[in-house]
Amino acid sequence: MNARLLPLAGFALLLALLGFGVWWSQYKNPQEVPSPLIGKPAPAFSLPVLGDPQRLVTDKDLAGQPYLLNVFASWCFACRDEHPILKGLGPSLGVKVVGLNYKDEPADAQRWLAQFGDPYDLVIADLPGRVAIDFGVTGAPETFLVDAQGIIRYKYISPITPEIIAKELRPRIAAMKGAAR
Amino acid sequence: MCLIALVLSTAAVAAVDPLPFKDRAEELRFQNLTKQLRCLVCQNESLNDSSAPLAADLRRDVFEQMRTGKSDDDIKAWLTARYSDFVLYDPPLRGATWLLWFGPLLVLAAGAAAVALTVRRRADKARGSTPAARPASDLEDDW
Repeated sequence: MNARLLPLAGFALLLALLGFGVWWSQYKNPQEVPSPLIGKPAPAFSLPVLGDPQRLVTDKDLAGQPYLLNVFASWCFACRDEHPILKGLGPSLGVKVVGLNYKDEPADAQRWLAQFGDPYDLVIADLPGRVAIDFGVTGAPETFLVDAQGIIRYKYISPITPEIIAKELRPRIAAMKGAAR
Repeated sequence: MCLIALVLSTAAVAAVDPLPFKDRAEELRFQNLTKQLRCLVCQNESLNDSSAPLAADLRRDVFEQMRTGKSDDDIKAWLTARYSDFVLYDPPLRGATWLLWFGPLLVLAAGAAAVALTVRRRADKARGSTPAARPASDLEDDW
């Protein structure tokens, strides 16, 4: 091989690496914090129901059937984008949808839900954000799928999309229901 | 009534950040530890620098755990259990991070090998032929 072509080959290699990086970035966001909690039990918690601070809900109350935990807040712009998609889910998803109201004033959260509609079966409020930290939450919105044994099976950061529901959530929920039968 | 609420809320905020260190040593330990931790929101900032609400919450948690007598390693383990190695600026050495730690050394070794090989080849060529006998059109090594 002509040694003169070597620098060109080196440049082509770097160019290929750049191309790979650009291509790969559409599948993997390097800023997304990977969750070490997938496959592990959901953290224990005890949180008040939004609008009913006397009523506490614990992880034990939710155990026994799979549920979707959606982290949201009235201050979160992206949650507003996500909201119609959650509302469109309805009972077709086959699991309870629990809202985790994250670092939000209860009055603001209630107003937000009254204004846009409440897509949740249950909303629990985490004003100090401690339970969210136990879940490894980095912001809102984030969505967790927890199975009947209380194991976190899936986590999605940023607003959920119809594609994620069809490709990631529904197959997992179907598998959980199949295993339970 | 409103005033009381206001005073109470500012007191609550002040209790979070800045933190009530008992002495300079504790403050230094806290600063040193939080500088090694990455804010999960503004990822180019350390937990020590970031003004993100989550960073303030995590500073509060780190401080509380220091008070309960946990070591720096305990606190880092507590954080990585929730946020993975991502929260550490200094990733630990293990199977998955092997290439990250030694990749640059490998590239350096490859470069050194290439240089050594080229130098030896040229030396062999120079020994095998006097300058006069060298072909004039030896374009191979011009660059």
